[in-house]
Amino acid sequence: MNEITELRMKILKAIEHDGRVNLGELAIRLGVDETDVANEMADMEKEGVICGYQTLIDWDKTDTQIVTALIEVRVTPQRGQGFDVIAERIYKYSEVDSVYLISGGFDLMVIMEGRTLKEVSSFVTDKLSALDSVLSCATHFIMRKYKVNGTILAKKYEDERMLITP
Amino acid sequence: MRDPIAKKVADMKPSGIRKFFDIVSEMKDAISLGVGEPDFDTPWHIRDEGIYSLEKGRTFYTSNSGLMELRREICSYTGRHYNVRYDAAKEVLITVGGSEAIDIGLRAMLEPGDEVIIPQPSYVSYEPCAVMAGGVPVIVNLKEENEFRLTAEELEAVITPKTKVLILPFPNNPTGAIMEREDLEAIREVILKHDLIVMSDEIYAELSYKEEHVSIASLPGMKERTILINGFSKAFAMTGWRLGYACGPENIISQMTKIHQYCIMCAPTNSQYAAIEALKHGDRDVEEMREAYNERRRFLMHEFKRIGLKCFEPYGAFYVFPSIKEFGMTSDEFAVKLLESKKVAGVPGTAFGDCGEGFLRISYAYSIENLKIALERIEEFITELRA
Repeated sequence: MNEITELRMKILKAIEHDGRVNLGELAIRLGVDETDVANEMADMEKEGVICGYQTLIDWDKTDTQIVTALIEVRVTPQRGQGFDVIAERIYKYSEVDSVYLISGGFDLMVIMEGRTLKEVSSFVTDKLSALDSVLSCATHFIMRKYKVNGTILAKKYEDERMLITP
Repeated sequence: MRDPIAKKVADMKPSGIRKFFDIVSEMKDAISLGVGEPDFDTPWHIRDEGIYSLEKGRTFYTSNSGLMELRREICSYTGRHYNVRYDAAKEVLITVGGSEAIDIGLRAMLEPGDEVIIPQPSYVSYEPCAVMAGGVPVIVNLKEENEFRLTAEELEAVITPKTKVLILPFPNNPTGAIMEREDLEAIREVILKHDLIVMSDEIYAELSYKEEHVSIASLPGMKERTILINGFSKAFAMTGWRLGYACGPENIISQMTKIHQYCIMCAPTNSQYAAIEALKHGDRDVEEMREAYNERRRFLMHEFKRIGLKCFEPYGAFYVFPSIKEFGMTSDEFAVKLLESKKVAGVPGTAFGDCGEGFLRISYAYSIENLKIALERIEEFITELRA
């Protein structure tokens, strides 16, 4: 790896888990100039390597009800365009959170959020299944999130080490 | 009733750490920077292998020396990382932590009156172990201006006809000092000239931040006179598994194995199975942890500089050793005052030898968030002292 790629990897690793890291502090931790970090980040944003900065929220701990569903979708690929067109038709819905093309028993994995079960199911029946190239949908509701994007939501671990050890 | 206690045990000083531990334990919600073990959990695949060995009912003893497969992995590891090749059948002993290796190594080698050179500041157990083994500890006070490295002159100056063993504790707890290749080459000549045996405690070898760690055993003529001690505690965050090892010439290892066989039998079996997994598939974990420690180390050095706390830059282990001499207090006084007024616990340098006076051991086996809070408090504390 050349120097730039190495620096980029280090920046990405750091911000992947902490999007709010202070650039000055990150530069100190990595032993590089703050301007270099800022420049690389700006470049990576332009190049689309960094696609956004989001917040990981455990909605279960709020008063808001959020239902997350994972939908396995089988579709007919279209001549010349493969799955791209149908994927686009699906991901343009604002209810849809993520869309992945999957190998194996089905084609697209759609993750969506709604306020109620009913809201999700009506989206699946009225919108998703109604699309021409969609052959079938299997909807799974997520009951509990234990770990999301590398962060464990289930429980916090206390530092149980003795306070002073040699 | 007669006094049931042997004099040499009664005379043993309780560890300076112990005393401070009692004070800290009394204190509610203190932030501790006093821990000498990783903040990471043992990587899951290693723990899983330990669990699996229990599930499989591997609850028996292993051979005294330890599982052959583990010894082979250790040999391949020392070969690939430090360029020292050992015979798994004869030159490796699996011990209960590096600590046991220190103890039985000294017991295997020392005759009453033999002198053991111990550079300090250093880990708390060398001196008492040397005494218990009948040896006479000879302390070398390492100097801050040498970045707490051992120089050939310092070594030469303490050698007598009775000197037998040199303990070489690098990367060092508590200073974070390392010995680079040219430092080792310089002392190698003195060692050969005086026919010394080296006990090289390299438990922090994987936590070196400047260049890859160099083992003194890899230098010409040194393997046959070096006991290399290492273990899984620091590199793989496995302190509680209590697993270490000693590698060295067959004549010493076989005698150490005799002592080990009578007082320990064998190191914990499920820890040994977990350790095989660690050596086989743990390189990436070690690298990630090392990088995390290094980030914290740079952060701390930067902060010390900013608040004007004098500290040489350490390149090993997970400790920094700032000087607190400007405040005109002893290490003990400083540490207690810092704890009482700001609820931050560091360990007085004197816990690691008299020459630790004027220093504080700060561990960075803590998250950056924790270090930040602690640093803010330390800054407040020293600003008040300077006012």
